[in-house]
Amino acid sequence: MKRRTLLASAAALSLAAGSAFAQDKVKAGFIYVGPVGDGGWTYEHDQGRKAVEAELGDAVETVYQESVPEGADAERAITQMALSGADIIFTTSFGYMDPTMNVAAKFPDVKFEHATGFKRADNVSVYSARFYEGRAIQGHIAGKMTKTNKVGYIASFPIPEVIRGINSAYLHAKKVNPDVEFSIVWAYTWFDPAKEADAARALIDNGADVILQHTDSTAPQAAAQEAGNVITFGQASDMAEFGPVPRVSSIIDNWAPYYIDRVKAVMDGTWESTDTWDGISTGMVGIGEISSAVPADVKAEALALKDAIAAGEYHPFTGPINKQDGTPWLAEGETASDGDLLGMNFYIEGLTGDVPN
Amino acid sequence: MDLSSINPVLLVASIMVSATPILLAAIGEMVVERAGVLNLGVEGMMITGAVVGFAVAINTGNPALGFAAAALASAVLSLSFGVLTQLLLSNQVATGLGLTLVGLGLSSLIGKPYEGMKSPTLPKLDMGFLSDLPVVGRMLFSHDLMVYLSLALVIVVWAVLKYTRIGLILRAVGENHDAAHALGYKVVRIRMMAIFFGGACAGLGGAYLSLVRVPQWTEGMTAGAGWIALAIVVFASWRAGRVAIGAYLFGGVTVLQLNLQAAGAAVPVALLSASPYLMTILVLVFISARGAHGAPASLGRPFHASA
Amino acid sequence: MIHLEKRPQPSQVWTVITPVLAVILTMIVGGMMFAALGKPPLEAIRTIFWDPLFHPQFAGYSRPQLLVKAGPLILIAIGLSVGFRAGIWNIGAEGQYIMGAICGAGASLALYPSDSILLFPMMVIAGALGGWAWSMIPAILKTKFGTNEILVSLMLVYVAESILASVSSGLLRNPDGMGFPGSRNFQQWDAAANKELIANTGMHWGVVFALIAVIAAYVLFARHIRGFQIRLSGEAPRAARFAGVNPNRIVIFCLGTAGALAGLAGLFEVTGPAGQISIDFNSGYGFTAIIVAFLGRLHPVGILLAGLLMALTYIGGELAQLMLGVPGASIQLFQGMLLFFLLATDVFTNYRIRFGQGAA
Repeated sequence: MKRRTLLASAAALSLAAGSAFAQDKVKAGFIYVGPVGDGGWTYEHDQGRKAVEAELGDAVETVYQESVPEGADAERAITQMALSGADIIFTTSFGYMDPTMNVAAKFPDVKFEHATGFKRADNVSVYSARFYEGRAIQGHIAGKMTKTNKVGYIASFPIPEVIRGINSAYLHAKKVNPDVEFSIVWAYTWFDPAKEADAARALIDNGADVILQHTDSTAPQAAAQEAGNVITFGQASDMAEFGPVPRVSSIIDNWAPYYIDRVKAVMDGTWESTDTWDGISTGMVGIGEISSAVPADVKAEALALKDAIAAGEYHPFTGPINKQDGTPWLAEGETASDGDLLGMNFYIEGLTGDVPN
Repeated sequence: MDLSSINPVLLVASIMVSATPILLAAIGEMVVERAGVLNLGVEGMMITGAVVGFAVAINTGNPALGFAAAALASAVLSLSFGVLTQLLLSNQVATGLGLTLVGLGLSSLIGKPYEGMKSPTLPKLDMGFLSDLPVVGRMLFSHDLMVYLSLALVIVVWAVLKYTRIGLILRAVGENHDAAHALGYKVVRIRMMAIFFGGACAGLGGAYLSLVRVPQWTEGMTAGAGWIALAIVVFASWRAGRVAIGAYLFGGVTVLQLNLQAAGAAVPVALLSASPYLMTILVLVFISARGAHGAPASLGRPFHASA
Repeated sequence: MIHLEKRPQPSQVWTVITPVLAVILTMIVGGMMFAALGKPPLEAIRTIFWDPLFHPQFAGYSRPQLLVKAGPLILIAIGLSVGFRAGIWNIGAEGQYIMGAICGAGASLALYPSDSILLFPMMVIAGALGGWAWSMIPAILKTKFGTNEILVSLMLVYVAESILASVSSGLLRNPDGMGFPGSRNFQQWDAAANKELIANTGMHWGVVFALIAVIAAYVLFARHIRGFQIRLSGEAPRAARFAGVNPNRIVIFCLGTAGALAGLAGLFEVTGPAGQISIDFNSGYGFTAIIVAFLGRLHPVGILLAGLLMALTYIGGELAQLMLGVPGASIQLFQGMLLFFLLATDVFTNYRIRFGQGAA
């Protein structure tokens, strides 16, 4: 208790000191798991930070710390950021969940925003994106465009987020192409360009002519380009430099609107702890330009699907859907609950292989 | 599970590409270790080569120049290790770890402007009728120049160590530096040259990653390849030919595991990724149990000519 | 011609001067690097070396954090230094650290949610045993077959990392963790948590053990026959054999000590600051500790100071990133420089520089 009050008063002190320098300047901090130049996950969060600066100009100051390991160092990095007078801190990786909660308890006046987690407090919000909505569109294009009927999927770790993406993509590929098969390779890494390139090559060598990736580097794009006759989708960032082929579209993590919104809320004093899980409708999940390599009719269908999802008319997980073992999951017309989606640890019917554990 | 979808021809071709960077780094490190020096900084030298090679290739539009610059840059960097360990007699283990830190830090500072760019890459060689041969054409004769250069380098290193005077001197220095010194050989100079060569090879390996295998620059892109190269040298019990086998084996295990997964096989990934290291330990035990020490006798020991 | 002449005894004066000299050199060259990056050099240096200790806003928090960061480094480095003095090069402390954490955490998770007061001591023992057992692999291979311990211990790091990846997404995964990899959080399990012992000091069991290890190592080398045997084995292996020192026992003792201490460090880290077993909780402490051992010249007090200095550059480096926006990589380079300069200036401790004719 003593420690808490001491730290809290230190924070209050620093806040006072901070505002003495620049009246009303709100300080927003960002903790990144990778380097800002990773070209994927962290890069997009940093784009969001820059957007906050561009939008709010002199009214805001941003700081960030990159390559913060998940573990003991994270808690210190977050604490120091709070001590430095940050008013709102975005912690942008799942592994920062417990450290964020610990620090938040010591700094009740600082607002915290944790990406992709599930623990909240009065001063801790969580936010994440419904990437599976983008996966549905990718699945649709993949199902239409594959000639070998084999779609390769480079997965990172067997967590609900990734499994959701696989299920969503498969479901929509299967809808338009009943013969489609998915080969899934678990790379057990978010970022290892050489291994991702190898994984892409392995899938291509095994007959896949569409590669979906849930890892962050552009190495699979390059491997597909080299192989020729293979299409890919950008992940996390647009990866437009690989278009029009192999990259035919992409899922873009667009955190900017959310970050601007939340920092503004701190300025206005309207910030509240929230649980945000946004998708295409708010622009948090962006669909990159569908390239000229995609036939016009497929492109039109994909865009229609995107619009339907954005308008809330269509949910990518709408029954009837069975689990892999044939047991029913969603009945006709039923849509998946967020709880089911957040804990998803099973494949849907038709996928082969097991979810590793 | 349908393993028939794995095409052995493509599998071998793919292994050759994925093994080349670690092969280059390992053959260089083997020469360094044969001279009695343990340089643990391979990772740092590789990533420096990766970034310098990439930057030069982008700026000149010529990947060959990129490779040359990468070799030079890493070799120069390795000289810092050489000066510290050979002239100032610092501990090789600690200095090597320091070299890794320096290389990782330096590379990401140099590389900032090059993130997200695409570089010109090496063309595949057209080897005439060889490339058109069935099976082996695609498997062996459809790669880029560096793949063959790396194999040629293995043969050259083997021949030089075995048949030439300089090879003999190098080995003598590695086995017993005091005796070599007594015979009038310049121990320090020879070791510096070996370290320089090792640095150059590691730089080539790094550049192969950033210019051919991935090909792009991203911070931290070697992701442990340098440490694998160190393991390969041990696995190979300091023989050039076995370094090639080791590199293809280590590279092959990863490629094979990904291919098995792609074909739908359930693969115990953790066990498979640990298996090359377990094999290396077994090899070490095997060679030391036979009484042959394998490792150069002066490996890692400082040399000071006390006059 | 310049040449080096070995001193009969390491110079006392230079032992003290060289670290200071190295730090000054690092500040100069590092300052030039920061200037080249367009950052104010003096401010950057001050942020790294001064602010964690004396900045009014941060020091209250970062001073205790120095202990938190230095604790495991010192604990591991002390263990390593025992072996290094005997010429036994265990560079696989990272693996022993991981295995200690896995064994300690695994033993307690099997008893979840026990609240016995014996739980934590049991975990400590399991952690030490885990690290010890992992270090016994290179030890036994070395004594039985003469296998090189540098290489075996390094290989075992990769094996340990594979095991860590496997258990954190399998065997030890938190059943209430929504399917994410990583174990339960020990900070939220009182009986198994390695808590701060005195509020706001950073003092936890790992730091206590690190200090005990420093004292024990000091006594071992200053007073104990085993310490003498270790030094003798390192400095004059043949003389040691004539003196009746059993080299195999020394190998077992040195590697075992290093392994057990590294295992302890892993256990304290995972139940305290890190909180949980996860795929990359280890963050390279085992390798950094090698650097610390050398910075401290393998002397217990030196290691204590070196561990604190290393922790200072980490925490100061984080502050510099935060306050001045210097890239993370420049801090890595900065630490590399510090190490290089220390190693370079170390030559003055053991050698005299002579000008004139010499056998180069």
